[in-house]
Amino acid sequence: MTAPTIASTDRIEETVLLRAPRSRVWRALTDAQELGAWFGVRFDDDATIAPGQTLRGHITIPGYEHVTMEIVIGEVVPESRFSWRWHPNATDPTADYSAEPMTLCTFTLDDAPRGDTRLTLVESGFDALPAARRADAFRSNGRGWQGQLQKRIPAYLAGELR
Amino acid sequence: MPVPTAFDVLGDPTRRHVLDLLRDDDHTVTELVDALDMSQPAVSKHLRVLRDAGLVAARVDGPRRVYSLRPEPLAELDAWLAPYRKFWRGKLAALQRHLARDG
Repeated sequence: MTAPTIASTDRIEETVLLRAPRSRVWRALTDAQELGAWFGVRFDDDATIAPGQTLRGHITIPGYEHVTMEIVIGEVVPESRFSWRWHPNATDPTADYSAEPMTLCTFTLDDAPRGDTRLTLVESGFDALPAARRADAFRSNGRGWQGQLQKRIPAYLAGELR
Repeated sequence: MPVPTAFDVLGDPTRRHVLDLLRDDDHTVTELVDALDMSQPAVSKHLRVLRDAGLVAARVDGPRRVYSLRPEPLAELDAWLAPYRKFWRGKLAALQRHLARDG
């Protein structure tokens, strides 16, 4: 059976072609400080990416420094697959998300022509999120630091990382 | 008791399977029972839940009852994921720029 549209309610998939070899991409994904640099989060200085590790950090996007990000590392298969679990859009500092299921973010690296790398991101587990939170998130139109990022900080999106 | 929303009913894997089947074509209850390998009462119960949530519609075709997908709630469900897709597209683009800059 071909992958049906309905399956997409539980997961999203995005792919990007990166003009760098897999070893370089792997370093950008799994060196905690470098991951933070392009992802927009400042992890603790001693943060290490290894299976089962929990990494915490503050968002570095201006105006959102109060938002913390926490990820629990899953698979770390060198230059091949890297995953973490987290609470998506967990941007309300007064809320306790700990009882909610987490989604799984899986990065897969594949060779592309000319020494480039194809990176695929799959985030799955949305169906398990409580119906109430899904409805709330829908009504708020996905606001939160990610949504605000897209609307308010075009300079950041243009690559003006400092 | 409030009518279940599309979000509520989608948590069940059998109901997701029913929607998968109806995506390819309309089906009678009998066809769904065969495909799902479940009892008719069980399938009918799931169909009722899906109908109450507005995800499927039923019509009478002679002696048969035929079920079809209603596209609007599915489009809503898909739209719910849109901010997450946008978030990740932004992050992957940021990684592209980072690698282009830092080599």
